Amino acid sequence: MREREDEWTGLMRLAISGDSAAYQRLLKAITPVLRAAARRGLARAGQPIDQAEDIVQDILLAVHLKRHTWDTSAPFAPWLFAIARNKLIDALRRGGRRIFVNIDDFAETLADQPAAQTASASEVAAQLSTLPERQREVLQSIAVESASIKDTATKFKMSEGAVRVALHRGLASLTAKLREQ
Amino acid sequence: MRMDTDQLIRTLAADNSHRVRPVGFVLALALLAAAPVSILMFVSELGVRPDVMTAMHNPFFDLKFGVTLALACAAITVALHLSRPEANLRGWVWLLMIPAGLLVAGISGEMMMPQRLPMMTRLVGSNSRICMTAVPLMSLPLLAASLIGLRHGAPARPAVSGAIAGLMSAGLAATLYASHCTDDSPLFVATWYTLATALVTAIGALVGSKVLRY
Repeated sequence: MREREDEWTGLMRLAISGDSAAYQRLLKAITPVLRAAARRGLARAGQPIDQAEDIVQDILLAVHLKRHTWDTSAPFAPWLFAIARNKLIDALRRGGRRIFVNIDDFAETLADQPAAQTASASEVAAQLSTLPERQREVLQSIAVESASIKDTATKFKMSEGAVRVALHRGLASLTAKLREQ
Repeated sequence: MRMDTDQLIRTLAADNSHRVRPVGFVLALALLAAAPVSILMFVSELGVRPDVMTAMHNPFFDLKFGVTLALACAAITVALHLSRPEANLRGWVWLLMIPAGLLVAGISGEMMMPQRLPMMTRLVGSNSRICMTAVPLMSLPLLAASLIGLRHGAPARPAVSGAIAGLMSAGLAATLYASHCTDDSPLFVATWYTLATALVTAIGALVGSKVLRY
């Protein structure tokens, strides 16, 4: 457990210094832990656990947009779990019940838990269609079609800088829309 | 359209090069942008009191600035600390007690000196209504700015952070007001400045609970 969290801290430091591969590895590593905690929280609140993936995506977006509030000299896990807890409580409240989330829910998580195969598209995907056209196209190109920033720029005849801006704005407005729900 | 979690992760990694300024930087910019508005309100409606040069030799006049600036500085420090998701108030509340401590010291100091006016007269003063109006009004631009700045953070408790933003802006606005007001008794400050600050703090908490959620 300790080892795992030290590894996260190391990856996040690399990510902040500009290593996108380390960042992707970190996000992949924390996702099963977040998923298990979200499922446990939902189950305990008596809410359908197929919402877990929406909560996971919500947490990942918040981690991404608020990562400048992480103090690089502090361990990463407490910061992550604070955000996760906040988002999980939000989601459970939206589900109609006031609930207290146990911080241990995050710490004591087991190995890999695969994503549930849900028939409906996720909330993030649903909100995607409400974004301005440019942001939606760029997000779709990078997220769904796995295009690089460079390829996306060529495809839409935009500069790479403009693609980066549209991508970031798109992620920020997705998060804002999820919060307003 | 679908976006599964792996796709989202890849997208977030693609956005890794985007850098956001630290919360303190954004907060400073926002306050600097709002300060001229409050200063303009002050200059056009109130202005510095005419006897300011002699007043500066009165320690109780100077103490007002000590109290209001201590409040503003403590609130800024605490607000920045609370802009991190895992932070809490524990170990930080004492900072907010500094201005209160200064006031208590001022009141005891004044009690020990011979006074021309009775205590209640000093407490009630002659500017209480202006104080109660001017401080909250001059606070509003600063409060808006500090909430905008703090939105860049991830406060665990939006209402608490909003209240601290209220203390911050009231402290700054009261610093301006203190140079206009001719009531220098710490009893006046402890009563009316505190009431005005409490009002702004309540507004901050209310608005903060809505706009500081992340």
